[in-house]
Formats: sequence, C-alpha cells, structure tokens
Amino acid sequence: MSTASHARPAGPRTRKRVRSLVLHATAITLGSFIVVPIVYGVLGGFKDTGQLSNNPFGLPDPWRFQNYAEILQSSFFWRPLFNSTFIAIATALLVVAVSAMAAFIFARFAFRGRELLFTLFAAGLMFPFAVAILPLFVLLRMTGLLDNPLGVILPQAAFGMPMTIIILRTFFRSIPREVEEAATLDGCSAFGFFWRILLPMARPAIATVTVIAIVTSWNNFFLPLVVFNDVDLWTIPLGVQQFRGQYTEDTARVLAYVVLAMVPALAFYAVAERQLIGGLTAGATKG
Amino acid sequence: MWLTIFLFLLPGLVLFTLLVLLPILIAGYLSFFRWNGLGGLPEPGSDRFIGLENFQRLLSDELFLGDIRRMLIIVVLSLVIQLPMSLGLALLLNQKMRGRAIYRTIFFAPYVLSEVITGVLFTMVFSPEHGLVNSVLSAIGLEGAAAEWLADPDTVLYSVFAVITWKYFGFHMILYLAGRQGIPNELLEAAAIDGANAWRQFWHVTLPLLGPTIRMSVFLSIIGTIQLFDLVWVLTRGGPVHASETMAVTMYIFGFERRQFGYASAISVAMFLISLVFALAYQRWVMRRDTEGAITTMRDQR
Repeated sequence: MSTASHARPAGPRTRKRVRSLVLHATAITLGSFIVVPIVYGVLGGFKDTGQLSNNPFGLPDPWRFQNYAEILQSSFFWRPLFNSTFIAIATALLVVAVSAMAAFIFARFAFRGRELLFTLFAAGLMFPFAVAILPLFVLLRMTGLLDNPLGVILPQAAFGMPMTIIILRTFFRSIPREVEEAATLDGCSAFGFFWRILLPMARPAIATVTVIAIVTSWNNFFLPLVVFNDVDLWTIPLGVQQFRGQYTEDTARVLAYVVLAMVPALAFYAVAERQLIGGLTAGATKG
Repeated sequence: MWLTIFLFLLPGLVLFTLLVLLPILIAGYLSFFRWNGLGGLPEPGSDRFIGLENFQRLLSDELFLGDIRRMLIIVVLSLVIQLPMSLGLALLLNQKMRGRAIYRTIFFAPYVLSEVITGVLFTMVFSPEHGLVNSVLSAIGLEGAAAEWLADPDTVLYSVFAVITWKYFGFHMILYLAGRQGIPNELLEAAAIDGANAWRQFWHVTLPLLGPTIRMSVFLSIIGTIQLFDLVWVLTRGGPVHASETMAVTMYIFGFERRQFGYASAISVAMFLISLVFALAYQRWVMRRDTEGAITTMRDQR
C-alpha cells in the first residue's frame, strides 16, 4: 500500500485519522436524523403556535414554560403514567412467573410430548397480536373484563409467554446437572430447587425478560384502545392520542405532552439498556 | 414427577390456551357469521350463519386487496432500504471508534418509544404548514421539494415507511451487531492475508456468516409489517382515501366502528393465515438450515 503515499507523504497516522473522520461523519449524520425530530419536539414544547410556524427550528424566543408546567400539574398526565406503570409491572410479574415455571419443566424434565408442547408455545411468536384483538374483545366482554386492568394484563402476559419461555429455557439449560443433583441429595424438592436455587442463579435472565415485558406493555396501544373506555384507566399511549385530538390547533402543547410522555421510557432505557438489548438479541438469535 | 410437571405447566397452559389459542378459534368461528356484535355469540343454526360469504366478499374487496398490495410495498422497501442500511450501520459501528457506545445508544433509542408517541411526533414533523421537514427544505432552498407528505395519497405510504425506518432500523442494527460480534475476526484476517479486499471479505465471509441473523431479522420485519397498526392509526388512520390503510386498520374500522364483527373476523383470519403460511414457508425454505442446527444442538444437550 506504499503507492498510496506516493503523491503526498501521508503516514499511517493520517490515513487512520481520515478513516475515523469518515466514520464519525457518517455516524453523526445518521444520528442527527434520530435526534433532530426529538430535539424539535423538546424545543417546540417551549414555544407557542406562532413561534412554531415562524421559527420552527431556532431556539424559543421567549422560552415559554407554560406548556410543560400545565401538563405536569394536570392529572391528565399523572393518571395515565400511574396506570401504565401499574399495568406494566403486573404484566411483567405474571408473565415471568408462569413462563419461568413452564421453562423449568421444558428445560429440566424429559417426558413424552415435551417438544410438542414447547413448539406450541414457541409457535405463539408467529401469531400477530392484531389477529387476536377482535376475538379478545368479544371474550373479555363475555367475562366482564372490559374496563378492567386485568383485561389488558392477562392477554399481554399470555402473548409475552413464547419469547419469555424461549429465553428462560435456554438459560435454565445452561445450569449444570450437578447443581440439581447436589440439591436433590440434600433433600431439596423440585419446587425447592426451582425456587431457592434455579431462580436466584437465573437472575440476569429474569432481569432481561422482565425488562422486555415492561417495555412491551408500556408501549402497547391496540389492546388498551379496545379494552379501556373509562378515561381513568387510560395508559400513556391512549393519553397521548387523546391529548392530540383535544388540542389539534395547539401544536406546541401537544409536543410538550409527547416529550413528557417520552421521558419515562427513555429513562428506563438509560437504566436497563444492557438487559433490553441483550434480551432482544438473544430472543431473536435463539428463537 | 408427573404431578410436578402438571402443576408447573398448568398456569401457563391455561393462560396461553384461553388468551392466545382460543381467540384465534373464536375469530375463525365468527368469520362464518353476519353479526353486529350485540348480545352473545351467534348460534350455528341461526340465520346469521352465512358460510363463506365474508371470505368471498373479502377476496373481491378492493380495499382488502389494496391492503395486501401496500403490505407488499412496505415489505419490499424494508428489504431493499431499511435492512441493508441497518446492516451497513452495524458494520460501521463494529469498527473501533471513539463514542461507539453513544452512537449505538442513540440509534436504538427510538425502539423504546411507543409507536403512538413516534406517530404523534411525526405528524408534527411532516405537517405541511409548519412541519419540520418542509421548513428544513425551504431553509436550504428546496421549496420545490416540499410536499403534503401524510396528506397526499401519492406520498403517504413512503412517509409512513420513513417513520417505520426511523423507529426500527436501530433494532435491526443491534441484531446485526450481535451477529457480527459472533464472527471471529481471525476469519476476516485470514481472508485479508489471502488477498481479499474489504468488499470481498464482506461478500464472501461476513455476509454468509451473518446468514442466520439476516434471515431472522427479515422474518421479524415481515411479521411486523403484516400486523402494522399503531403507527398508521396515529399518523393517518389509513387515509387519505385509504392510501396508507393496512389489514389491521381495515379490521379495526369494520369491527369497532362499523360493527361488522363477522367481516372483521374474516380479516383477522386472513391476517392469521397470511402470517401462518408465511412463517411455515419461511421456516421450511429459508430458515431450514438454521433450525436444523438448533435441533441438533438441542439433541446434544439431552
């Protein structure tokens, strides 16, 4: 490669620097496509509608804190926030509990029909959630679960099971047989082994599937849309949609609401990035 | 032992059967009826039973056929634009560079935002009067390129695709990045020593070894497109004049707005069959080698 340095005596250091410059330029350009709409939203929340149309991407002048302040003082923000949190946590607890029990059986017991049953669960990954929306609505109405948090929690947990079982089974399998044998020799029952040894050892995997369940529940829109008529039960996505409909003319206020609604999700992402990414890649490569 | 197996599997099995499998059966049952959704389920012998009429109507419904066409357009756009872009970016971020973790975090961030939040944000970004896109275009002297984006039947589908890409390319990038990190660098070094340039290394070593990851990412992208709802509902409600409508949106409108539960169920069944046929065919013809690998490793562990 010495011919390249013929025209100009550029050492390997300069080449390296040019290369890294190109890398960064590409990454920054693409990154700005992600960041600019979000920054536009954040700044837009500090403007009024007039400023938004005259000065769409400059800094607000003057800064108006009113939009954010008013939303933060209204139950229209805090109520959905509470509902979303409650539903996400309940969904995660339920799906992890039932999936861990099933994954334990699929990982550590050999019996006729095991693979068939496991395949049945795993096939759930291929069922689009949207297919079940209408029949779920009919079913939940027959059982009186419309306008009831359980009407969202239970189906979400059921649809979260395939991914959760696949990830947990893989992890449970990686725990050596000797551990189980030692526990059994010490008089540990199957449940005792599951509860006191397997689950604590599987903490990283449990954390991963919990994070995935929380994010999926937090972002779910279609099911709450058909299940919740009662405003007091609405989750964040329903609140965002409703707020947009209510203040069509007041773009800046809607942007402020959207930005505030993003904060919990992004904060959670900041804390749980590793579990989320690890789980999604594991689920996709092992499923 | 059987008691343990039974007790541990019971809760999951009940939940899964009642809320995943049963709804699919209910949808199948309802699709044979004309039903406005009032009262209990229609009975088999009643005059509401209309056999396959809903499906005949479906197959001659311009709207439904349009849904299929739009789904295919988005699938093709994803395969040709979104996924190659994600792959390129993953290989870029796989290089040693300062701030790599920060870039990765930023590219993945939209994935954690809900489709509703993304959708509302982008209705503002694409707004014709004072939206971000048109403002930027006029600021750099390209007023001519300004468009109605989401309000124009000719551009709406591509605008929706742009939002899908914004939200999901980071997810596919993360998958490719994980796949790439599973390829030992020694292989690429060996190829380099044998005289392969960067392009040939990519084409003959990296790409084939990424095969399983790529096949999985394509699968997830297509399954996601089949059931696309939230984003479209928030951005356009399927409009203008149905130009961005998807199967799930059509199903929602017929079921929950026009109260034609039977016809809406037929659309659900069609969505189910399309994903089922696709999934089986894909497993059979495309992912065959990957699952064979998975099954043999499973046997080893037994």
